[in-house]
Amino acid sequence: MMWAGVLVACAACYALKLAGLSLPASVLQDARVQRTVPLVPVALLAALVATQTFSTGHHLVVDVRTAALIVAIGMVLLRAPFLVVVASAAATAALLRLL
Amino acid sequence: MDSTTRRGIVRDALGIGIATGAYALSFGAISTAAGLSLLQTCALSVLMFTGASQFALVGVVGAGGSVWAGAATAALLGSRNALYGVRLSSVLDRAGWKRAAAAHFVIDETTAMAIAREPVPESRFAFWATGAAVFTLWNLGTLVGALATHALPDPKVLGFDAAPPAAFLALLAPRLRAREPLAIALGAGVVALVCLPFVPAGVPLLIVAVLVAIFGIVRSGR
Repeated sequence: MMWAGVLVACAACYALKLAGLSLPASVLQDARVQRTVPLVPVALLAALVATQTFSTGHHLVVDVRTAALIVAIGMVLLRAPFLVVVASAAATAALLRLL
Repeated sequence: MDSTTRRGIVRDALGIGIATGAYALSFGAISTAAGLSLLQTCALSVLMFTGASQFALVGVVGAGGSVWAGAATAALLGSRNALYGVRLSSVLDRAGWKRAAAAHFVIDETTAMAIAREPVPESRFAFWATGAAVFTLWNLGTLVGALATHALPDPKVLGFDAAPPAAFLALLAPRLRAREPLAIALGAGVVALVCLPFVPAGVPLLIVAVLVAIFGIVRSGR
């Protein structure tokens, strides 16, 4: 099942890239498309941050991941590189669990 | 295009390749900690080859969602790559197999590098150089990150469950430079959390995607 999901998702992502090079410009330059598509990643990434920080299964929780997110926000504001943002969040969670 | 220009483009491409390679290390690690096999993790980097979508799929799976919810989220995040085609179609060859090959490399980094260059031959060279550098180092980074994580006894002890939200935040941050996206991000986070106790895992993301699409279409109609 995992493989099927992985391969279908890969095919869908490739199809979207190919569509961009293949569809007539009039479709892709439609005001609604140009206005809406860039908003999708903003909303989805924000929803991913929220759900993966504040939930376990179907329960809303506040735990060490909240502290890790606060550290990550600080790192982003300091313009730290991607790997530093991720590693400092993981290290924060690991250290707080040791306490 | 003279050799100095060519060298400059290759240098820029390698710089971006090394940066994305470092970030692929965290993808390999997060994917492995989420429970995907080494082969599945590497297949995502070779075949999907678009970072945010890959992180989304393994993030949803790692949080207990179904791989299909993860796949849908990955595809929705990949929709932005279609828009890059508008800016690249004048630069790239439109002939059959070349277009099919170029399409795989249509991502944030190659688009940014290609549209920063003029005239067309330089722009096209920048696209392919960046694509080749990023593809090579992205897959290498993924493999190293996955192998290193395989060697660990318990990834959760090392805080790997706190890594995906930080990765999503780092991908989100550059998109928040205006007031409207910031408001949308906050609204999306709240909506997802409100839905979460009542629907299957991963579905809050799809609800958010539908709502933001409606919002975008209504807004642009005015």
